[in-house]
Amino acid sequence: MNGGHDLGGRHGLGPINPEQNEPVFHGEWEERVFALTVAMGFCGEWNIDAARYARENRNPADYIQASYYQVWLYGLLVLLQERDLLLEGELETGIAQKTRATKFAPKAEEVLSKLALGGSCARETSAAQEFSVGDKITTRNINPKTHTRLPSYTRGKIGTVAAVNGVFVFPDSNAQFLGEDPQYCYSVRFEGSELWGEQAEPNSCVYLDMWEPYLEHA
Amino acid sequence: MAHHHHDEGSALEENPLRVKALESLLVEKGYVDPAALDQLIDIYENKVGPRNGAAVVARAWSDPEFKAKLLSDATNAIKEFGFEGRQGEHMEVKENTPGIHNMVVCTLCSCYPWPVLGLPPVWYKAAPYRSRAVSEPRAVLAEFGVTLSDDTEVRVWDSTAELRYLILPMRPENTDHLSEEELALLVTRDSMIGTGIALGEAPK
Repeated sequence: MNGGHDLGGRHGLGPINPEQNEPVFHGEWEERVFALTVAMGFCGEWNIDAARYARENRNPADYIQASYYQVWLYGLLVLLQERDLLLEGELETGIAQKTRATKFAPKAEEVLSKLALGGSCARETSAAQEFSVGDKITTRNINPKTHTRLPSYTRGKIGTVAAVNGVFVFPDSNAQFLGEDPQYCYSVRFEGSELWGEQAEPNSCVYLDMWEPYLEHA
Repeated sequence: MAHHHHDEGSALEENPLRVKALESLLVEKGYVDPAALDQLIDIYENKVGPRNGAAVVARAWSDPEFKAKLLSDATNAIKEFGFEGRQGEHMEVKENTPGIHNMVVCTLCSCYPWPVLGLPPVWYKAAPYRSRAVSEPRAVLAEFGVTLSDDTEVRVWDSTAELRYLILPMRPENTDHLSEEELALLVTRDSMIGTGIALGEAPK
């Protein structure tokens, strides 16, 4: 979706302002939002792509103004409410109503072992690989209202395939629970001048990881 | 389906109470184990962080064989340290050289190599860095105190898939006498994101 999260190349957002000696979390509520989000992710009710979509799918002004863990909290509430795991009024009253069990409800040791194991997105496909290293490609001009990992600033641009990353779960499909639809994923290089025209800085380029359905031969 | 979203425009000071209420509900429903929450926080607050990545970089500076493996098969090279798992499943390491400077961003969210760097700092996740790193990387680097010559190519890696990028900074000069442990102390978090360089190294 062309949402507030799709930030590459936007102007007016100010200086970077890194915080010196920054703590990992700013306040206890951030710790809890982080942990709740990670732990609920292991309940088998959604996938990482759906979780990203839940965070980005909102009014862009709200997205930009929210702190990052506010964005996470919002996304978690959306995911829970969409699945009727959290019902209207529960948060306000603090009184739990009867809701169904989640697919999994892992205990602490199981959560930690899943964390250590991680979740590979590498898959197999019988499809032929369309592009090779060195190929010139044009990115497709797609504007889905649903989740995509093709940033606006790279659409309709010419780049060069720099590497074949492998075959990965396709987020555009997975986020909508339409299946993992594994696709070849390539590292594609774009010259700064192709992306930013005469405003490009000298001698700069951007590499992005792009799934085959985003690409056409140039 | 209940589509009532509670969060619109909520003030920061409301968060602690709402989060406490949410946690109580999710625990009562049996969805999450409170012990898991405490351990998750402890891991990322106290156990996993940039010191992990610094150990990997120092080894690469000291051991050419390891460096070759790190650049060709980063996931498995990093696994030798026991650094693996969530948000580090598919690692890529990019080497800075006198002619090439690499830096990492995630313009769409906050993708970051957790097992080697821990959780990202606020600026990495915030709009200014995410918007500008791809369009004006040299200006961004200058704000971090890194000024590059125009002869140096700047490569920005926008983490759009599940590959997670770690930058191998250049080894500072006059460090031949240092041990791997001493070298690791020169490796800053920012030098592994590519917004900084290793300590003791003169800007190019």
